[in-house]
Amino acid sequence: MKAPHIRFERRLSSPPGLQVVALIVALLLAMITVGIIFYFLGVNPFVAFQRIFRGGFGSLFGLQETVTKSIPLMLAGVGLTLAFRGRMYNIGAEGQLLMGAVFATGVIRIVPDWPSYLLIPAMFLSGFLGGMVWAFFPAILKARFRVDEVLTSLMLVYVAGELVRFLVYGPWRGTDTRGFPITDEFPLASHIPTLAGTRIHYPTWLLAVLLAVMIYVLLTRTKIGYEIRVTGENPEAARYAGMNYQRVALLVMLISGGLAGLAGTGEVAGIHFRLRPPEAISPGYGFTAIIVAWLARLNPLAAILTSFLLGGLLVGGDAIQIALNLPAATVQIFNGVILLFVIAADLFAQYKIRLEV
Amino acid sequence: MMPEDGVVVRMKGIVKRFPGVVANAGVDLEVRRGEVHALLGENGAGKTTLMNILYGIYHPDEGEIWVNGKRVTIRSPQDAIRLGIGMIHQQFRLVQTHTVVENIILGLKEAFFFPDRPARRRILELSEHYGMKIDPEARIWQLSAGEQQRVEILKVLYRGANILILDEPTSMLTPAETHDLLRTLRRMAKQGQTVIFITHKLEEVIEVSDRVTVMRQGKVAATLNTSETNPRQLAQLMVGRDVLFRLEKKPIQPGEVVLDVSGLNVLNDKGLPAVCDLALQVRAGQILGVAGVSGNGQRELVEAIAGLRPVVGGRIAVNGRDVTRLLPRARIESGIGFVPGERWMALVPSMSVAENLILKNYVRSPIGRGIWLDRRAIAVYADALINQFAILTPDRHTPLKKLSGGNIQRALLAREMSEKPSLLIVAQPTSGLDVGATETIWQMLLAERERGTAILLISDDLKEVLSLSDRVAVIFEGQIMGEFLAEQADLEQISLMMAGALRLSDANVVGEAA
Ligand SMILES: Nc1ncnc2c1ncn2[C@@H]1O[C@H](COP(=O)(O)OP(=O)(O)O)[C@@H](O)[C@H]1O
Ligand SMILES: [Mg+2]
Repeated sequence: MKAPHIRFERRLSSPPGLQVVALIVALLLAMITVGIIFYFLGVNPFVAFQRIFRGGFGSLFGLQETVTKSIPLMLAGVGLTLAFRGRMYNIGAEGQLLMGAVFATGVIRIVPDWPSYLLIPAMFLSGFLGGMVWAFFPAILKARFRVDEVLTSLMLVYVAGELVRFLVYGPWRGTDTRGFPITDEFPLASHIPTLAGTRIHYPTWLLAVLLAVMIYVLLTRTKIGYEIRVTGENPEAARYAGMNYQRVALLVMLISGGLAGLAGTGEVAGIHFRLRPPEAISPGYGFTAIIVAWLARLNPLAAILTSFLLGGLLVGGDAIQIALNLPAATVQIFNGVILLFVIAADLFAQYKIRLEV
Repeated sequence: MMPEDGVVVRMKGIVKRFPGVVANAGVDLEVRRGEVHALLGENGAGKTTLMNILYGIYHPDEGEIWVNGKRVTIRSPQDAIRLGIGMIHQQFRLVQTHTVVENIILGLKEAFFFPDRPARRRILELSEHYGMKIDPEARIWQLSAGEQQRVEILKVLYRGANILILDEPTSMLTPAETHDLLRTLRRMAKQGQTVIFITHKLEEVIEVSDRVTVMRQGKVAATLNTSETNPRQLAQLMVGRDVLFRLEKKPIQPGEVVLDVSGLNVLNDKGLPAVCDLALQVRAGQILGVAGVSGNGQRELVEAIAGLRPVVGGRIAVNGRDVTRLLPRARIESGIGFVPGERWMALVPSMSVAENLILKNYVRSPIGRGIWLDRRAIAVYADALINQFAILTPDRHTPLKKLSGGNIQRALLAREMSEKPSLLIVAQPTSGLDVGATETIWQMLLAERERGTAILLISDDLKEVLSLSDRVAVIFEGQIMGEFLAEQADLEQISLMMAGALRLSDANVVGEAA
C-alpha cells in the first residue's frame, strides 16, 4: 500500500469568499509564526503584538506616523499593482525609489533658487523620470531579449544604493554637515508642506491617492489598460489579437518605476530635506510595496488601504524595536513572513489539497 | 461467490463529485469476460472519470466495485494492476528516448535485476499472439502514434492485465491505424481478454463492440447488445434527443480567390521545416478542408497565415494583396479571422464573456473611442452577440471559463464571424465538443460560407472535413498530397495520402469547377 500523501487538485474556479477566508487565515498564520519568533527572542508575543498595534494605530502620534509612512508605500505599491497586472514582476521598486530621490536632489543642485511653485513640481517630474530610467533597463531587456526582469530589477536596487552612497559620501556631500554623509539641507522653497504638527506631507498623499484612482481608471476603462490585463492574463492571446507586447511591457514598467521615483521624491522633499544614505531614506519601502500590491490583490484602489495597514506595521515595528529591545530586522522578518503566507493563501484558494491514505 | 454469469467487473452506484460538477451520478456498469464493451458518451459525460475510478486514480465518493465476484477497494493503479486491470490513457506516457523494451519494463522490480532478454522474448510472444507488430529495439520517438499505442497496450499486457481499458484510443490514429487497432481488440476478446473501449464515435462502437453502455451527464442512459442497436438509437441515447445527421449544404458558386498561398515554407517550434513549398487557394463562399494526421504542419500553416509564425519562404495573399510580411494586427485588418485549434490561445479564460468578445474590435469605434473603451457600446455589442449566436451564459460579466466547452467555442466563433472576415481560418472547430455542440458549430460555419466567406478548415476529424468542405486537401509532412472535390472523396485514397503513401500528381488533381 502507498503511504499517505498530499495531492493538489486545481480548482476550476476559486470562489471569492474562499479567497477572503484564505487571506485572513494567511494573516493569522503569519502572526502565529511571528509570535513564535518573538517567543524565541524572549519576548511575550501578546505584549509584542499589542505594542505593534498600539504603536501604529493606537495613538494620534502613531496614526500620524502611519499615514506618513503609507505615502511612499502607496505610491510604489500602486505602481506595482499595474506592473504585476501586466505580468512584469518588477521587484526593484526600492532602487527606483532611490533614483527618484537622486533625481529630485539633482533639481535642487541645478535650480536652487526657483520659487516653490516651480521647484516642487520640477522635483516630482524629475523624480518620476529617475524612477523611470531605473525601470527602463529591466523593461527593455525583458521586452527585447526576454531577460528575466526579476533578476535585473533586483540587481539594480543595489546599484542604486551604491550610487546614493557614492553621492552623499563624495561629490554631493554638504559643506555644513560636520562630516556626516549627507547633502546640505534643501532650500525652504523645496519643502513639501506638511499638516501642522505632523510629518504628513499631504500634497504627496493627495498625489498618491489621485494616481491610485488614475491607474484604476487606466486599467479598467482604457484600451491600453485592457491590453495590459489581456497581456498579463494570457500573453499568447494578446499576441493573437495583435497587441504590442513590447509597448505594454515597457509602459507598465516605466509607470511603476516612475511612481516609485515619486515616492523617493516625497521622502527627500517632504521628510528629510536632504539626500542621505539609502538606509536612511528608505527602510525598504520599495520591498514592502510588493506586499502592499499583493495584499491589495493587485487592485490599485485597495492599495490605498493596504499601504495604510503596512505603514502601521512599520511604525509599530519601530516602536517595539525600541521598547522591547529587538533587532532592527524584526519588521523585515514580519514582512517576509506575511508575504510568504499571502502567496501561499493564493495557492490554497486555487488548489484543493487533499490528504490521501 | 463465483461470477457464473461471466461478469468480471461490476460497478454499483458510483458517485464522483468535482467542484461544481457531478462527474458520475450513480453509475452502474457490468462488464463480462471476453467481451469488447464500448463505453459511449459525449465529451464530459463522465466516461474517463468512471474508468479512472476503476483504475484507482480517483476514489469514488459513493458506490461499490466488484472484480471477479469479490468486493474490492482500489486505492491506486498498482492495486488495479494486481487485480488484472490495465488502462491505456488518452495521452501516451512513454519515455521518448527509450526503446520499446525499456519502456515496457520501466518501473517493474524485476527489470532492476534482470537484463531485458527475457523481457524481449515475452514482448515478442505477446505481440505475435495479438497480432501487434512492433520492433522491441525501436526508440519511441521513431514510432508513429499507432505504434506507440501498441507499446502502451503491450505494456499493460506485460503486467498481466486481462481487463484492458482504452480511453478514446482512436483519436490520434489514421483511419488505417484505427482499423488495425479495432481488429486487434477483437482478436484479444476472442482469446479471453476483456476490453473496455471508451469512445464518442458511433461507427467504432458498431464495428468493434459486443455490448455498449451509453453515458449521458454522469448517468447510464442504457446498456445494449450492439447487434440489437443502430447508430441513430445510440446517438439519441447519447444526446437525449434526435440529431440531425445530414447537413443542409446549399450549392454555392464559388467566387473570387480570397486566399492564395504559394511556395510557402514555415518552421516548427524546434526550427525544423513543418510546411514545405505548400500551395493552396480558397475562394469566396467555399470551404477548403485540410485533412491529415495531426502534427503534419497544419498548425504551422494556419499560424503562418494568421501572422503568428514567421514565413521562411513563399507568399500569402488575401484578396490579391500580399500579406506575407504583415504583423498580426494588420492581418486582422486585412480581413483574416482565426479560430485556432488551441482555443485558449485566442481567449482569456479568467476575463468576462464581454471582454473576450471584444478582443479583436476593441481598437475601433464604437468599442474603442480615442484612448477609452466605451462601456455602453461593449454592453450592447456583447449582448447582441450573446443573443444572435445563442451563447449560453448567465450574463456578459461571467468569466468565460465558467461556460461549457461548446459555448466557449461558440463565443469564439461569434467574435471572429462578427468581424465579417473575408477569410476565416478554423482549426479543430469541434474537438472536445459533444454531438449537440458540434452540430451548432457546423451550422454556424455553413452559414458563414453562405455569406460568401472563404473558409480554410483544418481538422483531424476526417468525417468533419468530408461533411463540411467543398474541396478537400490532404496534408502530409507539410505538403499537400492531393486535392479533390469533397463528393469525389475516396476514403482508401485519403488514408493512403494521410499516411504519405500516395501523392496525386498535378495532372490528377480534379479541376476547379468555376
Ligand atoms: N479532475 C477534475 N476536476 C474537476 N472536474 C473534473 C475533473 N475531471 C473531470 N471533471 C469533470 O467531470 C465531468 C466528466 O468528465 P470526464 O469523465 O472527463 O468525461 P468524458 O471522459 O466522458 O469526456 C466533466 O464535466 C469534467 O469537466
Ligand atoms: Mg474523456
